[in-house]
Amino acid sequence: MHDLLLKGGSVLTHEGISVTDVAIANGRVAAIGSDLGEAGETIECGGAWVGPGFVDMHTHLREPGQEWKENIASGTAAAAAGGYTALLAMPNTDPPIDSAHLARYVSDQAFRARNAYVVSAGCLTMERAGERMAHLDELWDAGVRIFTDDGDTVQNASVLRAAMEYVAQLGGVVSQHAVDRDLSAAGFMHEGSISSRLGMQGIPREADDLTISRDIELARLTAVRYHVQHLSTARGVALVKAAKEDGLPVTAEVTPHHLMFDHGEVLSMDANYRMTPPLREPSDTAALIEGLRRGIIDVVATDHAPHAAVEKDVPFEQSMSGVTGLEWAASVVNGVVGLDQHDFFDRISIAPARIAGFTDHGQPLAEGAAGNIVVFDPDKRWTPSSTRSRSNNSPYLGRELTGKVRATLLDGVLTYAE
Amino acid sequence: MNHLLSTEHLDRSTLEELLDEAEGFAEVLTRPIPKVPALRGKTVATMFFEPSTRTRLSFEKAAKALSADTVSFSPGTSAISKGESLKDTALTIRAMGVDLIVVRHTATGAPWRLAEWLDIPIVNGGDGAHQHPTQALLDCLTIRQRFGSLDGLKIAIVGDIKHSRVARSDIFAMTTLGAEVILVGPPTLLPLDPEAWPVSVSHDLDSVIEEVDVVYLLRVQTERGGASVFPSLAEYATRFGMTPERFSRLKPEAVVMHPGPMNRGVEISYDVADDERALILEQVTNGVAARMAVLFRLLGGEHDA
Repeated sequence: MHDLLLKGGSVLTHEGISVTDVAIANGRVAAIGSDLGEAGETIECGGAWVGPGFVDMHTHLREPGQEWKENIASGTAAAAAGGYTALLAMPNTDPPIDSAHLARYVSDQAFRARNAYVVSAGCLTMERAGERMAHLDELWDAGVRIFTDDGDTVQNASVLRAAMEYVAQLGGVVSQHAVDRDLSAAGFMHEGSISSRLGMQGIPREADDLTISRDIELARLTAVRYHVQHLSTARGVALVKAAKEDGLPVTAEVTPHHLMFDHGEVLSMDANYRMTPPLREPSDTAALIEGLRRGIIDVVATDHAPHAAVEKDVPFEQSMSGVTGLEWAASVVNGVVGLDQHDFFDRISIAPARIAGFTDHGQPLAEGAAGNIVVFDPDKRWTPSSTRSRSNNSPYLGRELTGKVRATLLDGVLTYAE
Repeated sequence: MNHLLSTEHLDRSTLEELLDEAEGFAEVLTRPIPKVPALRGKTVATMFFEPSTRTRLSFEKAAKALSADTVSFSPGTSAISKGESLKDTALTIRAMGVDLIVVRHTATGAPWRLAEWLDIPIVNGGDGAHQHPTQALLDCLTIRQRFGSLDGLKIAIVGDIKHSRVARSDIFAMTTLGAEVILVGPPTLLPLDPEAWPVSVSHDLDSVIEEVDVVYLLRVQTERGGASVFPSLAEYATRFGMTPERFSRLKPEAVVMHPGPMNRGVEISYDVADDERALILEQVTNGVAARMAVLFRLLGGEHDA
């Protein structure tokens, strides 16, 4: 007898997509097909997509050091509710993840919580200060495959070049929050008609575009695998496209909020629309959606960034930057972009797992493979009203979304069921 | 009208009612006993998170002329320096039983947050570079007293419009009242999307000086020393300052205004500032009357003056 039967869903396998059943036993996919026999528990999957659990390559879990915002147990619980089975934790914690023992701590905490598989990204430079290389060899040995100073861009091209050369020989990925500090430092939102109306200091698109462009040239020089975090501009999409056409190993991600919102939301001066990079113009949003559809942008990444109410229930300019996203990212992408099942799972599971080097996640279902699975109903409408995160800084609470997670399995065990 | 946060969405009739009311209060202020009992028993709090003398004094004078009590809050001497949040400060002051709060804050939108958190009227006394609506009212009142109406007037606003809440408030109030507004300054001090505003733009003060009725000079932020937005204060004064030479080219009835505090010798020459056609002190006087009108309107007092 199987432990669990996922019955009648549209199942994504290496052979394609078909309506069938999936049986789970001993944490693995025991069988795919019809008439699979008895199971301890059955989940009706009619009308839903069944595929590999979602993989987020941009999550701020805030532990260690900022547990008033989130910890690994609460963040991964939110992830499970959003259909995620694997996360890449961002290293801008306190202390930052610049050494092997810190990276191991993050994975160990996640292992204890049993909500999702978590690997930390490692810092590129010590203390994310952009000066001295982090302990890249030790981090690599601790399982780190993606290196980034995240919220702090490595500004010094020479430091970045050396780090890229080093990561290239390890076989890892350099990932950048690509923003020019001088052009962006004084800004709070996109520089445009809305910032002008509000008298708020803006961040021009060129703050992103210049750094993406520089980084791509350095990636060309060093042959490193380079990943651009949270694209926000149309020009950024074009730069990534050109790099790919040149055959460079360049990948990119986009967040749900940059797909759904533009700077017009900031007229409310609600701090839940403050993020970095900022929400830009409708033409940028359209380019990001098109880029994701065409696969120029490889990945949807949440940039789940919890902040406590005391950090958000303040004037816009005094608030912390970022919003939470794990629980509704899939719904937002599904509703806004409207990808078919194959491309949807590619962008939110398969591609991020491939880039992050997660071998037991983000694979089309196969008999014998690990039971890391999501059941997602693409047509269900719902309005989020609460969160499992420790923080509720989300512009999606109270907004109707399309598509909802029905169940999430981590190693064959339900971590979320509707 | 529950709050006064911005001039952007004030319609012409509301603006005119406020100005009419202010005219009445301006007359009250000329009486031997310049005081009416309209808001007796009400308390107005000023919360100024930015250094300010004139605006705060003007609001306090306005409240007292309406017989309201005033309490004032300054971050330097308060629990803010002990780390209290804006929300808690606002809730605390509200809990003391105040009826209206005037707030000035460095952050855009802070008065909107207060309006959300509290159940009493909020008056924006200036938020970041965003809005300063009572300044616009007193400016329009001053112009109306001089010219009878703003309809058809040409007003040049000169200087750092990009970082000016005064300009943002004046542009909407003045154009709603029928004036034509020209923004004058170097590109680094102008809004980056002037086409989205109900204004025209010039980089050359001399080309518009002879056709305007009002030259509204904005304060140059000398503490920035120009930094990287224009070459030097001297060059600014030469290109955009109200020099005696430029003053002499104005139409005979044209006037000069300034929200203060002035930098004599930079945006306005020493002597022009004291000329009869420089309305700077009238603006200050009218500030009290305009703020009386706002407090009166929001606190719904009886006008038995």
